[in-house]
Amino acid sequence: MEMTGAQILIHYLEDEGVEHLWGYPGGAVLPIYDALDTDAKNLNHILVRHEQAAVHAADGYARSTGKPGVVLVTSGPGATNAVTGIATAYMDSIPLICITGQVPTGMIGLDAFQEIDTVGVTRPIVKHNFLVKNVDDLASTLKKAFYLATTGRPGPVVIDIPKDVQNAKSNYEYPQEVEMRSYLPITKGHGGQIKKAVEMMLSAKRPILYTGGGVILGDASAELVTLTHKLGFPITQTLMGLGAFPASDKQSVGMLGMHGTYEANLSMHNSDLIIAIGARFDDRVTGNLEKFCPDAKVIHVDIDPASISKNVMVDIPIVGPVKQVLTEMLRVLAKTELKSDPEALADWWLQIEGWRATNCLRYDNTGSKIKPQAAVEAVWKATNGDAYVSSDVGQHQMFAAQYYPFDKPRRWLNSGGLGTMGFGLPAAMGAKMAFPDATVVCVTGEGSIQMNIQELSTCLQYGLSVKIICLNNGFLGMVRQWQEFFYERRYSMSYMDSLPDFVKLAESYGHVGVRIDDPKTLQAQLDEVFSEKYKNRLVFVDIITDQQENVYPMIPAGAGLNEMILV
Amino acid sequence: MKHIISMLIENESGALSRVSGLFSARGYNIHALTVAPTEDDSLSRLTLVTSGTALEVEQIVKHLNRLIDVVKVLDLTEGSHIERELMLIKLSTTGDTREEYKRLVDIFRGDIIDVTATTYTVQMVGKSAKLDAFIDVIDSGLILETVRSGTVGVMRGEKCLHL
Repeated sequence: MEMTGAQILIHYLEDEGVEHLWGYPGGAVLPIYDALDTDAKNLNHILVRHEQAAVHAADGYARSTGKPGVVLVTSGPGATNAVTGIATAYMDSIPLICITGQVPTGMIGLDAFQEIDTVGVTRPIVKHNFLVKNVDDLASTLKKAFYLATTGRPGPVVIDIPKDVQNAKSNYEYPQEVEMRSYLPITKGHGGQIKKAVEMMLSAKRPILYTGGGVILGDASAELVTLTHKLGFPITQTLMGLGAFPASDKQSVGMLGMHGTYEANLSMHNSDLIIAIGARFDDRVTGNLEKFCPDAKVIHVDIDPASISKNVMVDIPIVGPVKQVLTEMLRVLAKTELKSDPEALADWWLQIEGWRATNCLRYDNTGSKIKPQAAVEAVWKATNGDAYVSSDVGQHQMFAAQYYPFDKPRRWLNSGGLGTMGFGLPAAMGAKMAFPDATVVCVTGEGSIQMNIQELSTCLQYGLSVKIICLNNGFLGMVRQWQEFFYERRYSMSYMDSLPDFVKLAESYGHVGVRIDDPKTLQAQLDEVFSEKYKNRLVFVDIITDQQENVYPMIPAGAGLNEMILV
Repeated sequence: MKHIISMLIENESGALSRVSGLFSARGYNIHALTVAPTEDDSLSRLTLVTSGTALEVEQIVKHLNRLIDVVKVLDLTEGSHIERELMLIKLSTTGDTREEYKRLVDIFRGDIIDVTATTYTVQMVGKSAKLDAFIDVIDSGLILETVRSGTVGVMRGEKCLHL
C-alpha cells in the first residue's frame, strides 16, 4: 500500500507489535505525529516532559518486560536530550529503538534550525544507527533496527529520519525477513568448551558462580537456578544481575563488588574457580585487578567475545547465548560420571558460613533518626518483597540493592553501567505502563529525583501510580561519603540547600505527598502508602534519614576484594 | 608490536568513522589508514596499521568485529603476507645533488616522475621500512614534501579476505 514515510513508521511499529511509544513532538517529527493521529490503532503514545525521561521510560519498560522500548523525539535538542538515555541503555545492553526526526535531506549540513548530526553524536553510544535517506529503505531499516536491538548482545539503535523522507511516499509491506551479511549473532556455545567447563567445575574445590545482567537479558534465570542447585556451589550476583537467582536462597551469598557482602567478596577472593555467566568483570566488581582472585581459574560465558579476557584473563571462554549454554551444561552434567568432591565443597561452605556470620549488613537502628537501610527494609516488608523497584544513583541505590532482596528477574531496574541520576522515576513509569496492576517503587534521593522531577506531570496524565521513596538526607550522599573518606571531610558542593517541600510539590502536581521522619511510625506509614487506599495514586514519600549514614561494606578504590571496610 | 589489520567494510557513509571512532574511543593507536572500494561496489577494503600487545590487538579485532558495518577482519601480521606502501616525495635538487639523487632513486628502485630545474618528484613503492630508509638517506633539509599512502597488504598464496 502506498503511504508516506511517517505513515510507514506508524504502521511498521504496530505490525512489529510495539505497544508503547515514549516521545515528545517537535518541528522535524510533525509528519510522524500527524500520522500517529490519523493512522495509529493500538499504538499508545506517552507524552513525557523531557526527552531524557522518554528514553529512560522506554528503557524501564524494556528492562521489566524484555521487549524493546521505543522512543520518538525531534531533531537537534530532542536528540541531544535523548543522548543520556541512549548511553544509559548502551552501557547496560538494553534493547531500545530511538527514532529521531532530522531536518530535510536538502538542508543537512547547512546548520539548519534544530539540526544536529544525530548519527555522529550517538555513534559511540549505540549498537548501531541509521540515517534514512530514501523512503523506500524505511521499512527495511526499521526491521534491521529491531533485529539489531534485540538479538546478540542487545543495545540501543537510533534511526534518524529527515522530514522530507517522512513526507515522501512509498509502498509499504511489513518485511518478514531480515538478513545482514555483516551481523550474525552467535546462537550456540562451543560444545567442546562447555564440556571442558563442566569438567573443570566438577573438579574445583572452592568454586563460585558469578552472574550478571546477561542472565536476565538472556532470559536464563530458570536455567541458572537449576544449574546452581544441581552444582551446590555458592552464587554471587552483580548489581545488574540481582534477581536472576533468588536472593532468599541459601546458596546465594549476595551481591559482590564495591558495596557487596563480605561473604560474596571473600568467597570470590578465596575461590579456586570462578564461573562467570553474563557478567563482564566491571571495575566496580573486581576492585584492583592485580589483587583480583589470585588462586582462581576462570570460566566465562558471554554472548559478546569482546567481553572475554578484557579485564581478567579467562581460562575457558564460552561465547554464546547464556540460555543455550546453561541448558547444554545441564545436559552434560546429567550425563557425566564425574562428581564434585563433597568434602571439599562442605569445607568451602563452612568457610563461607564463617564469613556470612559477620552479618556485614547489620546497622545500628537504635537512634532517633530513620536509617536509610531501615527505610528500604520497611518498603520490602510493605510490598512483600514483590515490587518492581527502580532506583536512581547514589547511596540509596546501594541501600536498595542491599536491603531489598530480589527473588525474581526483571524486578530491579537501575542504571548500573552509566550510573545515571534521574533514571529512577521514568524507569518506574516504564515498568508501571507495562504492569499496571503491579506495585512499582522508585527508590531515590533528594538529589536524583530533582533530575527528572518534571515527570510527575506525565504520571498524572497517564495515571502512573508509582510509589516514590525519597531517602532525603539533604546530601548527595555518595559524594558526601567519598568526601568523608578520601577528602578529609571537605563537603564541597555535596550539600543540597534550598530543597523544595516535596510533599507540597507532589500535591501541586496532583499527587499524594507523605513525609516520614520518625523511626517509630516508619513501617505503619509505609504500610499505608502501599495499602489499597493509594492503589491508584502516585505517592511521593519523603523520608528524612540520618545524614551521617554511609554505605557499608565498602572496597575503597584500588583495593582488593579482601580489603573491605566493614563498618 | 606493529600489526596490519585489514578489513572489508560496507561501502556506506559513516562506516569509516565507526572504525576510526572505535580507535579514538578506546585509546588505540592508528599509525596509518587507507580505504578504497573493492571490485564489489558495496564493499570497501580498509587497511590500518596499529600497535599493541597481543592482548590489545585481540581486543581491537574483537571490537572491530562488533561493528555492524565491518563485514570481515583479518590481522595480516598473523601469517605470511605481502605489504606495500606508495610514497611520493619531492626533493629540492640543484647542482651536484641531481646526479647523486638520481642514483639513490635507482638503488631504491624508485622512479622520478616529475622533473623541474630545481626539483625531483620521486615515486617509490615498498614496505614502509624501505620508504623510511630512503627518507633517512636524504638530507632532510632538501625534502620539500612527503606523501605516503599508508600500508596495504594481502596474505600470501591462496588465503584471501573475501565474503
